[in-house]
Amino acid sequence: MAQPFRLSRGGRIDRSRPVRFTFNGRTVEGFHGDSVASALLANGIHLVGRSFKYHRPRGILSHGPDEPSALLSVDRGPGRIDPNNRASVVEARDGLKTLSQNHWPSLEHDIGAVNDLLSPVFVAGFYYKTFMWPRKFWDKVYEPFIRAAAGLGKAPSVPDPDRYANRHAHCDVLVVGAGPAGLSAALAAARTGKRVILADEGPEPGGALLHDVTAEIDGRPAAEWLSATLAELDSRETVILLPRTTAFGYYNHNHVALAERITDHLPNPGTAPRERLWQVRAEQVVLAGGSHERPLVFADNDRPGILLAESVRVFINRYGVAPGRRIVFATSGASAYAAALDAKAAGLHVTLVDLRTESECGPELARLKATGAEVLTGHTVIGAKGTKRVTGLIVAPVDRAGRCGARRLLPCDCVGMSGGWTPAVHLFSQSRGKLAYDETIDAFRPGTSVQAERSAGASRGTYDLAGCLQEGFAAGAAAARSEERRNFTASPTLTGFRPVRAMPTDVDPGKVRAFVDFQNDVTAKDITLAVREGFHSIEHVKRYTTTGMATDQGKTSNMNALGIVAGQLDKTLPGVGTTTFRPPYTPVTFGALVGPARHALFDPIRTTPIHEWAEEHGALFENVALWRRAWYFPKSGEDLHEAVARECEAVRKGVGIFDASTLGKIEVVGPDAAEFMNRIYINPWLKLDVGRCRYGLMLKEDGYILDDGVVARIAPDCFHVTTTTGGAPRVLAHMEDYLQTEWPDLRVFLTSTTEQWAVIALQGPKAREVIAPLVDGIDLSPEAFPHMAMRQGTICGVPTRLFRVSFTGELGFEINVPSDHARAVWEAVWKAGQAHGITPYGTETMHVLRAEKGYIIIGQETDGTVTPDDVGLSGMIAKAKKDFVGKRSLARPDVVASGRKQLVGLVTDDPKVVLDEGAQIVDDPGQPIPMRMLGHVTSSYWSPNCGRSIAMALVADGRARQGRSLHVTTPEGFARVTVVDPVFFDPKGERIHA
Amino acid sequence: MLLIACPYCGNRPETEFRCGGQAHIARPADPGALSDAQWAEYLFIRDNPRGIHAERWNHVHGCGRWFNARRDTVSDRFLATYKMGETPQSQESNSILSTSTQAEARA
Repeated sequence: MAQPFRLSRGGRIDRSRPVRFTFNGRTVEGFHGDSVASALLANGIHLVGRSFKYHRPRGILSHGPDEPSALLSVDRGPGRIDPNNRASVVEARDGLKTLSQNHWPSLEHDIGAVNDLLSPVFVAGFYYKTFMWPRKFWDKVYEPFIRAAAGLGKAPSVPDPDRYANRHAHCDVLVVGAGPAGLSAALAAARTGKRVILADEGPEPGGALLHDVTAEIDGRPAAEWLSATLAELDSRETVILLPRTTAFGYYNHNHVALAERITDHLPNPGTAPRERLWQVRAEQVVLAGGSHERPLVFADNDRPGILLAESVRVFINRYGVAPGRRIVFATSGASAYAAALDAKAAGLHVTLVDLRTESECGPELARLKATGAEVLTGHTVIGAKGTKRVTGLIVAPVDRAGRCGARRLLPCDCVGMSGGWTPAVHLFSQSRGKLAYDETIDAFRPGTSVQAERSAGASRGTYDLAGCLQEGFAAGAAAARSEERRNFTASPTLTGFRPVRAMPTDVDPGKVRAFVDFQNDVTAKDITLAVREGFHSIEHVKRYTTTGMATDQGKTSNMNALGIVAGQLDKTLPGVGTTTFRPPYTPVTFGALVGPARHALFDPIRTTPIHEWAEEHGALFENVALWRRAWYFPKSGEDLHEAVARECEAVRKGVGIFDASTLGKIEVVGPDAAEFMNRIYINPWLKLDVGRCRYGLMLKEDGYILDDGVVARIAPDCFHVTTTTGGAPRVLAHMEDYLQTEWPDLRVFLTSTTEQWAVIALQGPKAREVIAPLVDGIDLSPEAFPHMAMRQGTICGVPTRLFRVSFTGELGFEINVPSDHARAVWEAVWKAGQAHGITPYGTETMHVLRAEKGYIIIGQETDGTVTPDDVGLSGMIAKAKKDFVGKRSLARPDVVASGRKQLVGLVTDDPKVVLDEGAQIVDDPGQPIPMRMLGHVTSSYWSPNCGRSIAMALVADGRARQGRSLHVTTPEGFARVTVVDPVFFDPKGERIHA
Repeated sequence: MLLIACPYCGNRPETEFRCGGQAHIARPADPGALSDAQWAEYLFIRDNPRGIHAERWNHVHGCGRWFNARRDTVSDRFLATYKMGETPQSQESNSILSTSTQAEARA
């Protein structure tokens, strides 16, 4: 295509480097340096999408990040489809595929456009008013309908194949925005030698200087100043200049998040990451993010071909593109005259309509008139003609009372409108700075700062070039703690506008479609309706009408919406207030936020020294906290239940080997170790002999069980504490908290040894026979080494803390060895056990075996509201102790009251029925709904050793219900169960002492 | 993200820390002597001031030490961080100390 709307000269594009991309399958040609928007306009393409709600034809409104309408899906290759990209900021490049959104079957012919005809129905609050009744319609009719209609663009359906990087950075001065103010600030700060980061969202730094082709700075063309400034910044090693980098979030303590787009503009990205998230901690921040132009609010102001006036200027000057041949500028201020002058200079037909009277205008009026362009002052815009492209603008003279005179149609193919300017205070507001309303610029500007930041230039409401440069320099110098100030001379800027909310019109304003929020399809009449219906807070109006709630966060619309509400309520703008600005400033990809934290890097995975052995022996694994634990070891053809049944029987009849290395371990050492243990646990510790173990239970101060585990006394001043696998960090933190903050006088050191000790559990009647030949220096006889004892010696020549403990109810040992030797010792035990039929078992079998014995598991039988007495362990409490953590709470009225849920066993009438864990328990299944629930099943298994199902449960007054029948919910209805003691196997506990 | 000055390590980002709630609430020396209401007050009732708040922080992903801090809950500005058992050092925080908070009154 020949780019019929490309101007013959001008622009910063590289005409020697053509690029080709597609739009809805059609090849579009542009030049290197084009945005997708400018390339589309160069080819005369204005219709680029359908609007969110009414499916109205929409074009390109703006040249920058504030674009609300021209949202495209961008396809950069397989798996690389992003919806809702603003055409104005996507750089045109070879191979890009772009697609318009929100229409069916095609952009030109869209069935959904019927919504536009039904617009009287889709008024503000339509959803709230319509989808209320009947209640039963919600799930089947309303919600599916709303979901199908909601959203813009299509979410990608495959995992993101790109790589994203993350970088933390520190600097003395972070400057946001590389327009005149930001560049000048960076220059001032850099000259002090301070570390400076200058971030700008565009591909090329310069901001407004990139399209202000006539401006001069200090007597030379602005472009020269720009390149000299960039060269100086570039030459300094202390300056990091980041193009294509959006500062999107301003967080506490000068933590600013930047999204750097690295490869999207490259046809061959290579191996570079697509984007990089910068987390910058800056000593000082200078905000120089510029300002946004306001659209004018008149009937059908959303027609393709109607752009912001400054954007028309940008397309002409920066991209060498004529958005139309016959342009009408409609304005209430001076800046549009600059655009009109440049359009005229580019040889285009220009008419300007100004709401202001001649006397309100400045020198701009005479300058434009001198070019021969027609200027209509004191005129309003009644509406636009054309549907898929503007064909004309209806204007009329208007007096200050709003009375309109005779209409006149101005034929045109492009409109540049300007309703004034709004400083981009987003980041300032995110920093929690207080905005202050300034009547002279009809806008909120940065008021009181809360963080170490300062604003400069247009983002502070300073619109003239010399002022921006001066303010920027002063801000940069001050941020770098320098006294230096500089005066700049620059050609005068055309500034000033008359605030206008909705343009005066000669028809009923309640009947016209004058858009305020282009992205969410909110019109002026929607906002006036909301106010009439009683929504007077701007926050309420925003949510009710959804104005400002689209992905552009109302950059172009907020002030117009606010002004309409204020006018309706007859209040001042500050009287209505403004809504909250939240990060991100512009949309950020999930990839940038997630960075490299995907797949294996999402979370660390902890494995034990036995992990590879378990893998080699066919184990399946389960996740326990960050650990991977061997779940069960199926032989070929076995499912979970068959494997677990075999493993369970092997332990009870012979010997099983189990990797318990994930148990948390804490070494509690020091002269006051026993006293510390006494205060932390409910049990007594002072008289525990060296070489003996005790099952310890610890509470939080509220009296509820926190964790449990076996503790061995290694020496008078040393305890080897074990915790649950998942509880290890929590327990250490709990202990440290009390040690450091409540009892700093205790001489105790706490050291996590979880990773240092591997634990090989050998359980079963033949356990002793297996290890006997391997152990040296320990008398293994039952008399010398009874249950709940700990001995130190060697196994296979490796030092060991050998525990005689059992979580299965069988004779058992837990062999603690240094992790580096664990695999060798494991294999030696494995080899020695072959003659005894040694069987490896996993966590599932461990769970079943302990349930057969009624041993609790923290987090399964307990849930943070369970006391020792609730699980039948109150006997462990050291009665003689005056105090321990949680003791006082055990006397709280709620804890001593009757009716608490207590741990019991349940056996089903039908021994084959295995209850669901979590199933609810009731007394009488015939009672009316809602039933009174007595408790729930905490553990439930098929027990191969009992030959039936077993279950544990927490049941209100459970111990008093022994022998009684209860009913438990199952997917098939209620199952009848009998309450029993929760020890199902070897109730006398004889096997453990074998 | 807050920047928090650990008294042992210096400035570190918030993600290295865990907040432990209101500071300067000593565990009663003899809990058994307290009424249910007094125990409940110690256990559950905390200040939620708009303004200066004394808090416990733990540099959990750093040195592991607990310390105290005075933070303005409105601006999130830290007026001081100080070791357990110490009183705030800075001039600024001393002026804050003179306007005692509920926490101080109770402690």
